[in-house]
Formats: sequence, structure tokens, C-alpha cells
Amino acid sequence: MARALINVPRKARRGEIVEIKTLVSHPMETGYRRDNIGNPIPRDIISRFVCMYNGTEVFRADLFPAVAANPFLSFFTVATESGTLEFQWTDDQDNTQTASASIEVE
Amino acid sequence: MSVVLENLRPRTFGVLLLPALSLIALPASSTEIPTAQKQSDYESMSPQTRAIQDDDNVNPGMFWVLDGEERWGRKDGSSNLSCADCHTSESMRGVAARYPSFEVESQRPIDLQERINICRSRRQNATPFRYESKELLALSAFVAYQSRGLPIQITIDERLNPFFDAGRALFEARQGQLNVSCAQCHDDNWGKRMAGNIIPQTQPTGYPLYRLEWQELGSLQRRLRNCLFGMRAETYPYGAIEYIELELYMAWRANGLKIETPAVRP
Repeated sequence: MARALINVPRKARRGEIVEIKTLVSHPMETGYRRDNIGNPIPRDIISRFVCMYNGTEVFRADLFPAVAANPFLSFFTVATESGTLEFQWTDDQDNTQTASASIEVE
Repeated sequence: MSVVLENLRPRTFGVLLLPALSLIALPASSTEIPTAQKQSDYESMSPQTRAIQDDDNVNPGMFWVLDGEERWGRKDGSSNLSCADCHTSESMRGVAARYPSFEVESQRPIDLQERINICRSRRQNATPFRYESKELLALSAFVAYQSRGLPIQITIDERLNPFFDAGRALFEARQGQLNVSCAQCHDDNWGKRMAGNIIPQTQPTGYPLYRLEWQELGSLQRRLRNCLFGMRAETYPYGAIEYIELELYMAWRANGLKIETPAVRP
């Protein structure tokens, strides 16, 4: 059920500051919990998030076990040119989840 | 040493006794919430939590709805049928607002989850989903999502009457080691605070819902189990008729309030 929901404005004026919202489905298992018979539940978290705007990195975040399940990240960037924003989440096992969105700059 | 302890004991005892006495002093009979005062528990949430529910791009419950949409079209069971082979998703509009509803074959009311599982075993010839499984929650969320914005409309007919009465009795009965009833908090004292939290009216408008405490979607039955546990009462097993009776009474009590699935609650 790995999915991502992205909210990027479709159009923006050149130089405008735009908000980008991302939500990804992930259990973010801390590694500190135990199951009902006492065995530790192995840690399984997204540890890195990167956003690329036409190939240039505009935002990066490191995530830690205290982040809630289904992490929501929102950030701002300057709309410089039309193109695509690419998002990548990487978990502890180096599995990646990607998503992209396009933006039109006038 | 023992003398000191002896001196302390009566004082400590008195302090412990006071809260216990104030609980006993609560009125025994509860009053139903007047229609004009009925409100969704959304109203008692913080602006931050409301913001999560309001935006479908931020509401994590939407993951289950999208997953349910996918499963809706997936063929399954020895009949090799998908939900979509028999129903359009549009035809599900308003369905969640009428559940729990009477099921003729088993001669008792069933909730939406049971309806989905009955369809699964009788039409698809597949094994029913486990309670609180991702599959069942996703499909329930997708079906209930079709009714978002529609008012809950439960009519209690003769067949439902005994189950409705049992549900109301259960809602108003003192239970557990704390010896409190659902009604004492949610009918008589809603809007006040308990341990810093606002006591909600507990209207089941958004199930299955995303609870921040759970960090996932859960059913009304799971929520009821939480409450019973909090009252230090014994929980019923998933699917027990007691939950259905409570769900029926609570849905009737919420008549007119709009479906919010997938709601977000703290």
C-alpha cells in the first residue's frame, strides 16, 4: 500500500514562493516496540526524503524514529521555471518510493 | 518507622476517597442530547487536527480509501467476481448512512463491515476478511467515503426494535471497575473536560477513521473496545452482537449528522 499524495500548485508566477505538501504511507515502526509475545518489532522507517526541481535539489530531510506513521512534510520553494518536481523517500532497507508533479511557471 | 506509617495512613485514605465519592455523586439517569445541540466530534477538535481532516492531500485516511478503490475492482474468490462486477461505486452513495441495517437471512442487524464480508463469502465465494485487517478497513472506507456529506438516516422498525433497545440499555448501563456508563460521559457531560481532553458527544460520523493515537485507520468496534478498556470493563470479541447493538443505537443517536469518512480524530 505504499503510496504518496502530493500537492503542488499547477500554475505559479515566476519568482513566487509556492508551498509543496507531501504525504507518504509508511508504518514508521520505531524499533522500540514489542509484539504481544515480547519479541522486538524490527525498526522500519523512512530515513531520507529528497525533492528535486528540474534536477536540482531544493529540499532534503532526515527522518528519525520519533516521526509519526504516514509522515507529512510541507515546505516552500521559489517557482523559477516550468518543469517537474520529483520526490523520493528512502527507507532503512534502501527501498525507495518516488512521485512527481509538474508545475507551470508564467 | 511503623508509627510514622500509621500516622500517614488515615490522611492518604481520605485523599483517595474524595474522587471516588464525586463519581458516585453523578446523576444516575442520563438525558439524551437535544437534536439542536447534536454535533460531530469534529467540532471539539483542535484547529490543527481539523486541518488534517479537511484536506484530502493531507488526510492519511485517504490512503485506505484509495486502496479500497483498487480492491473494489479486483476479482477474487472462486466466483472470480469483483465488487465492481455487481455494483457501481456510485450506487454505494448513501449506503453507509443507513448502516447498521437488518439482515434478513441471519435475522439480526449487521454493520457495513459485516455486509462486505457477507458479500465476500456468499457472492465471491472467498474467505471473509479478518476484523481490522487492511483489506476490510480499506473497502469499508471506500464504501463509506461514497456517502461523505450525506446525513445519517437510521429508522428503527419492528425487527430492529429489540436490538435497538439492547443497544440503548448497554449505552446507559454502568460497566467495569470504574462503574460508569457511556451515557454519563457522552450524554450528560459532553463538552466538559476529562484529564485535559474535551469529552465528545461520541457521534459515529466518520468511521472507519484515522486516529492519531493509533496512527492508522480503525473501525468503530476498535474504538468501542478502547472505551470499554478505559472503563476497565471486559471487551467483547470482534463481531459480537453487543457492538452491533451499540453501533445501531449510536447511529440512530447521530441521525441527521453528516458522514465524514475518512475522519481524523486525536
